[in-house]
Amino acid sequence: MSDNGLAETASLDRIRGWLEGPNTYGNSLPFWGAFVVGVVALAAYPQLVGVYTTIQSARYFALAFLALSLCFIWGYAGILSFGQVAFFGVAAYAFGIIGLNFSSATGIMAGLVGAVVVGTAAAAIVGYFMFYGGVRDTYVTIMTLVIALVLNTFMAQTAGSEWAIGAAQLGGFNGMDIPSLTLGVGQTGFELERAALYYTLLGALVVTYLGLRVLVNSRFGLTMVAIREDEARTETFGYNVPFVKLVVFTVGGALAAVGGVFYGSWGNYIDPTVFGIAFAALPVVWVSVGGRESLLGAIGATVLIERMRTELSSGIGPIGSEWALVIVGGLLLGVILFMPAGVVPTVADKIETFRARRSEKGQSTPPTEEAVE
Amino acid sequence: MITTPAVPLTASVYSLLAFFFQFLDSFGFIVLATVGLAIIFGMMGVINLAHGEFILIGVYGTALPYHAGVPLPAAMVVGVLVTTVFGVVIERTIVHRFYDRLLDSMVATWGLALIISQGLLIVFGSSLDSISTPLGNIGYGPFSSSIYSKIVLPLIALLVLGGLYLLFTRTNFGIKARATIEDPETARAMGIDTDRMYVATFAIGSALAGLTGALYAPALGSITPNRGSTFLVEAFVAVVVGGPSVIIGTLTASGVLGVFNAAGSILFGTFIGQMFLLMVAIVALRVLPSGISGYIDHWQQRRRADE
Repeated sequence: MSDNGLAETASLDRIRGWLEGPNTYGNSLPFWGAFVVGVVALAAYPQLVGVYTTIQSARYFALAFLALSLCFIWGYAGILSFGQVAFFGVAAYAFGIIGLNFSSATGIMAGLVGAVVVGTAAAAIVGYFMFYGGVRDTYVTIMTLVIALVLNTFMAQTAGSEWAIGAAQLGGFNGMDIPSLTLGVGQTGFELERAALYYTLLGALVVTYLGLRVLVNSRFGLTMVAIREDEARTETFGYNVPFVKLVVFTVGGALAAVGGVFYGSWGNYIDPTVFGIAFAALPVVWVSVGGRESLLGAIGATVLIERMRTELSSGIGPIGSEWALVIVGGLLLGVILFMPAGVVPTVADKIETFRARRSEKGQSTPPTEEAVE
Repeated sequence: MITTPAVPLTASVYSLLAFFFQFLDSFGFIVLATVGLAIIFGMMGVINLAHGEFILIGVYGTALPYHAGVPLPAAMVVGVLVTTVFGVVIERTIVHRFYDRLLDSMVATWGLALIISQGLLIVFGSSLDSISTPLGNIGYGPFSSSIYSKIVLPLIALLVLGGLYLLFTRTNFGIKARATIEDPETARAMGIDTDRMYVATFAIGSALAGLTGALYAPALGSITPNRGSTFLVEAFVAVVVGGPSVIIGTLTASGVLGVFNAAGSILFGTFIGQMFLLMVAIVALRVLPSGISGYIDHWQQRRRADE
C-alpha cells in the first residue's frame, strides 16, 4: 500500500517535472489544485448556463488557440507576428473546401487533418522565406501583416462563380459555408455542436495547454528563450537559429490552424474579414493583455475580452457595441504603457515579492502564521 | 495593340500615355502615403502603426472645415495643423516611452490606431460627404485623366521629397537631427537637445501625414473611418521595400512599386494592381531584407572596401 503510494507520488513528481520549469508561471501545488478546480468548473459550466452562453464560450475556446499560437512564438521566441490570422483563416477555408467536397463523416475528418496540414505548411513556407532570408524583428512583423492583408484582398474578390474548388464556392465578401465538425466513419457520424463542441474544445484546449507547457520547459523551450533574449549569442553557441525559429513558427502556425478549423466549424461560416486588419489586431491584444509569457494568461484574456465584446454587441452593459473596439484599443495601449509584461506576469511577480517578504518576516515569527496563506 | 493593324499608331501612344498617368497616380500616392512613416521609421526606428489614422485625421481636419464653408486651400492648412498638433501630443504622451522598445511601439500604436478610427466612427458617423476633385480632367484620345490626382499630386510628392532632402542635408536643423539619429550620446555631449530633435522629427512626420490627408481629402471619394488602412498598407510596403534611408528609399520604392501597381491596374484592374504591389513587397523582403536603400548602402561599402 505504502509502496503504491510512493510510486504514485514519484510518478506525479515526474509529471510535474515535465510541466514545470523556469519558463512558466504556476509551478506550485496550489496552482495545480486551482487548475483542476478551474477545469472542473468549466466542465460544469454548460449545466449552469443556457445553450446560448455555452455556444458562445465554445467560440472563445476556438479563438484561444489563436492566442496560444501568438503567445508561443512571441512570448517564448520573440517573433512578433501580426499575421497569425493568416494561418487561422487559411485552415478554416481549407477545412470548408475539403468538407464541402467530401461531405461524409470520413471526408470531414480528413478535412480536419488536411486543413491543419495546409495551415501548418503555409506557416512553414512563410517561415522558411523569412528566417532563412535574414528577415528579422520589425520586418517579420510587417511581412506577416502584409501576408494577411494580401489574403484579405485576394479572398474578397472571389465572389464570382469561377472561384470555386469542386463544390465549394469561395464567395468573396459573402464568405463560405463550412460544415460542422463530425466524428465518425462513412456516412454515420456524430456532429459536434453546442455542448458537444464545447466539451471537445475544452478538452483540446487543456491538452494543448499542458503540451505547450511541457514544450516550453523542455530543452527546446530553453533554446527558444535563449533566442528571444540574445539571438547573436545563441548562434555563437552553435545553435541553428533560423532552424529553431522555423520550427517555432511552424508550431505556431499549426496551433493557429487548429483554431481556424474549430472557429470555422463553430460558425459554419468563414469570410475574408478573418484576414482583415481589425481581426489581426485581436490576437495581439489578447496576448499583450494576458501576458505574452503566460500561456494561461493569454487564454484567460482571450475569453474575457471576447466575452466583453460579445456582451457589448448584444447590448448588455451601459454603452453600445461601437465602443468595444475603443475599449480593446485602450486596453492594449494601457497594458503596454503601464504593465508591459501583461497582467498575469505582473500579478505573479507581485505575489512572488509578497511571498518573499513574508518568508523573510516568517523567520522571526512562529511558523504557524504561514499556514494561514 | 501595335500588332493589330486596325488600331492606328496613335492609339498605342494614347494607351502608353494612360499607363504613364496611371504610374504617376500610383507613384504620387505611394510617396505621399509613405513619406511621413518613412521619416519616423528612418530617423527614429519607430514604426507608427497609427500612421494611416494620422492621415485620416488630416482628411477629417480638411473635410470638416470645408463642409463648414472654409475654402479648400485654407481647409487643407487646418488639416495639416490639426494632425501636427495631434502628432506632438501623441509623441509626448505615448511614443517617447517606446524609443528603446521597438516591437512594443508597434503594438502600442496599433492600439492607438484602433481607438482613433473607431473614435472617428463614433463621433462623425459612418461617412462624411465627399469633396469634389478640383481642376477637372484632361482628355487624350479615348482616355481622360484627373489633372489633380495624376499631375498635381505626383508633382507635390516630388517637391516634398526634394524639400526633405534640402531640410536634412542643408539646414542646421537637419544636421542636428541626423547627428541625433546617428549617435544620441555624442550629440548630447555636443550640446544638442536630443529630446527636442525627436519631438521635431515626429512632428515633421505627423505634418507630412496631415499633408497627405489634406491633399487626398478631395481625391478619395467617400470619406469613411476605415480608409486609414488603405494608406497604411501602401506605406508599409514602400517602407519595407525602400529600407532605412528615407529619401532614396521612398523614391526608389515608390518608383518600383508604382510601375507594378500601374501595370497591374491597367492590364487587370485596380484589384490585381494592389495584389501585384503586395506580392512584390514579399519577394523584395526575401531578396533584399534591408530594402533597396539598405542594399545600395551595402554595395557602396563593398565598393569602398575593394578600393
